[in-house]
Amino acid sequence: MLRYILKRLVSIIPVLLGISVVVFFAVRLIPGDYATVTLGTQYTEEAAAALRQRYGLDQSIITQYFIWLKGILTGDFGFSYISNQPVALLLFSRVPVTLELTLFSLLMAVLVGIPMGYWAACKRNRMPDSAVTVLGLLGISIPGFWLGTMLVLLFSLTLKWFPSGGFVPLSEGILANLRCMFLPALALGVAVSAVVMRSSRSAMIEVVDQEYMKMGKAKGLSQTRLILKHGVKNTMIQVLTILGLQTGSLLGGSVVIEQIFSLPGVGSLALQAINNRDYLVLQGTVLFIAVMFVLINLIVDLLYCVVNPQIRY
Amino acid sequence: MKEFMHRFLHNKLAVAGSLILLLFLLSAVLAPVIAPFDPYYMDSTAVLMPPGGKHLLGTDNMGRDILSRIIYGSRISLQVSLVSVSIATAAGVFLGVLAGYFGKLTDGIISRVIEIMFAFPEVLLALLIMAILGPSLNNIMIAIGIVYTPIFARITRGAVLTVKESLHVEAARSIGVSDFSIIVRHILPNVLAPILVQITLSLAFAILSEAALSFLGIGVEPDIPSWGIMLNNGKSWIEIAWWVGVFPGIAIALAVLGFNILGDGLRDVLDPRLRNVEN
Amino acid sequence: MKEENNIENLLEVRNLQVEFATRQGHMHAVRGVNFSLKKGEILGLVGESGCGKSVTANSLLGLVGKKKHEKVTGEAWFHGENILDKPEKEQQKLRGNKIAMIFQDPMTSLNPVLKVGRQVGEVLEIHQKKKKQDALEEAIIQLQKVGIPSAKERAEDYPFQFSGGMRQRAIIASSLMCQPEILIADEPTTALDVTIQAQILDLLRELRDTYKVAILLITHDLGVVAELCDTVAVMYAGEIVEKASAGELFSHPLHPYTKGLMACVPVLGRKEKLIPIPGQPPKLYEEKAGCQFADRCPKRRPECSRDTSLLEIAPGHYVSCKEVGRIG
Repeated sequence: MLRYILKRLVSIIPVLLGISVVVFFAVRLIPGDYATVTLGTQYTEEAAAALRQRYGLDQSIITQYFIWLKGILTGDFGFSYISNQPVALLLFSRVPVTLELTLFSLLMAVLVGIPMGYWAACKRNRMPDSAVTVLGLLGISIPGFWLGTMLVLLFSLTLKWFPSGGFVPLSEGILANLRCMFLPALALGVAVSAVVMRSSRSAMIEVVDQEYMKMGKAKGLSQTRLILKHGVKNTMIQVLTILGLQTGSLLGGSVVIEQIFSLPGVGSLALQAINNRDYLVLQGTVLFIAVMFVLINLIVDLLYCVVNPQIRY
Repeated sequence: MKEFMHRFLHNKLAVAGSLILLLFLLSAVLAPVIAPFDPYYMDSTAVLMPPGGKHLLGTDNMGRDILSRIIYGSRISLQVSLVSVSIATAAGVFLGVLAGYFGKLTDGIISRVIEIMFAFPEVLLALLIMAILGPSLNNIMIAIGIVYTPIFARITRGAVLTVKESLHVEAARSIGVSDFSIIVRHILPNVLAPILVQITLSLAFAILSEAALSFLGIGVEPDIPSWGIMLNNGKSWIEIAWWVGVFPGIAIALAVLGFNILGDGLRDVLDPRLRNVEN
Repeated sequence: MKEENNIENLLEVRNLQVEFATRQGHMHAVRGVNFSLKKGEILGLVGESGCGKSVTANSLLGLVGKKKHEKVTGEAWFHGENILDKPEKEQQKLRGNKIAMIFQDPMTSLNPVLKVGRQVGEVLEIHQKKKKQDALEEAIIQLQKVGIPSAKERAEDYPFQFSGGMRQRAIIASSLMCQPEILIADEPTTALDVTIQAQILDLLRELRDTYKVAILLITHDLGVVAELCDTVAVMYAGEIVEKASAGELFSHPLHPYTKGLMACVPVLGRKEKLIPIPGQPPKLYEEKAGCQFADRCPKRRPECSRDTSLLEIAPGHYVSCKEVGRIG
């Protein structure tokens, strides 16, 4: 098992490096010279040169990359060109919002998607199965950002149950915090729940047909016990994999959802950075999200050890 | 082929999906004929008119007919999804075949690149590419095409690796058939089924991605009647004119649903493992 | 219905019919099967694949017949009750308890993600409401009895760490945990190597001798039958065509199908040619009156399309073919 874990840990290093290269150079490809944008009407050659020198932009791009990478490894993400705040600090203030939003949605997918999928698989080709199939198809087809707007229309503007946007930190009361996070999490979570539901269903359908399930039945196990004690654990690998991959959709989708609900998360920071050509902030946010995604999938891989005994040896 | 058509026509999902898409396709092709108004025409006397009467789905804040804009919007969605998925399929299959068939260093490099691209959530990657390219209809097709390339490459590579070891490919190679000919005649037909399913599903995702990016203001040019742009606009008016934002969303959901249903149906039809499950 | 009180017969199956609605049409898989099983008896149910022998076994435990497209009729009397009529909950109490079943492929019959000891002891948890730990301890004892060395350690292993033969032993151990009266073994040795096969057959015989458990052995392998069974019933196209004690059947096979089957089995040292039975077994979708084997039968006569009930030719030797009766 230790070897497996080590192997996985080592294997993500080139991926992380690759991500850093892509992020750094992709952001530098964004057209528009920083000095020109910032100085605007006060543009003079000297001012521009001074500015470039101040931010290290006068050095070769390769050198810039390594300076940046070295900074990242020591926790220094540079400074925002716009607000002059450290990027690390900006990220640090935004991360809890995005984290809460994605975890909230993920929780929904786990609590709703997985049991519904299993239920449909057990009632194969009957009413619950058809219902889940239709719901699943609708869920993956409805755009989350439209759903968000519709939820605002219904629950905020018409029924006035929830605020239509804005963020209340946890420190100002759990209830107020949950109230402002509920609609965004729902808008973000529906599609992911649908995907998780569909995969749990097909995973369980595959397991139900296995010989050991028939054996369990022949041993006198009730359907419930058979599914819970024998079925669920066997679907876990597939379900975990999907959950890991879907955090990507959650992280990506949070960019849009944060925008709709005016949540100050990492996603909206990235969007601002794009609009402001705030290189270092954009690099920091994109890098952060991609690395999060890789790490979550690393955790999933490590969880395989728990659900699949064969990996342990 | 005949057997395929037979199974296809007997699969409720496949047929239902095709019907929805046919509707979608017809509205795109016949837009000038069926749209009641010019989608760009601003009627200053009919701003934010509620649905009903002359404007079946109402008008937006500039007095443009929403139904007509939705009908024209189907052209944009269809164009973006078809072109971007074509790019992704062509590039992905090419890279996948290279990696799977030639292995070694080629495979190592391509697989690494795929792996790194997969590390970025799709929306984020598209966002980054759009930030580089700048918002425009052409660029969004390129961006979405790039984003969905790795999935095609991965599927193709996997399928090629399986087929490569099979007897008929071994046999062909042993009698000196060229690599190109083996790839075209023996390998590509065998990866067709999973690719076809993925194309259908990617078309659905492409529509969603285009709408999302346009919604964020970094997709197509803002004057184009894209469903995403309409939603963005609708969001601002949601408090006083719900119809501006509701109907384009329904259009997106319906088109995406069509592709997803067709994808599910195709998978049932093409996946031998799922055939005759009831028996 | 007097016979259900027949103390000698532990299990009495009467007119068992199984039908499926499939996409290809209505399928009549088991067509009025009758047999009985005494305490400590090993009955072999023999036939080609698709003849309905496995379906017969599965339907006895209610593993077939619960879905919309499956229909089981007939009777199976066990301790004065028709177990086919019992509700699912009651059948569950019998399964793995009084009537246990083991399957063909030990590679797939064990749950890959649960420890072997746990799976073996599980029946005690459900049927006797024992605690996990107690069940495990008994499972270890049972594993020892079926010949698994250092059972205490092996009980903590996962199935993939067991060899095929070991797995089948573990499965047999789990089937014995509740001291069943009947063990239904569906091709228990088919997936195993020949040497392991022999060991498993020995184990089954030993179980019969020690626990007096009655075994219904489903197999296509006449060698296995000759090795182990007291009584043999030959199935063809959903019907039993011949039934006799093993000795009688092998020395005097009567039904042309039985004879055909035996002619297909190689015997060491004999130089006779193996003669395959011409043609294919009928598809069970079609209903055809009379002898189902007639099309492939070398002794076919026009009258074959009539009665197919079993006739007692010699004491304890039943056969459905009326021709053999006539010819003698």
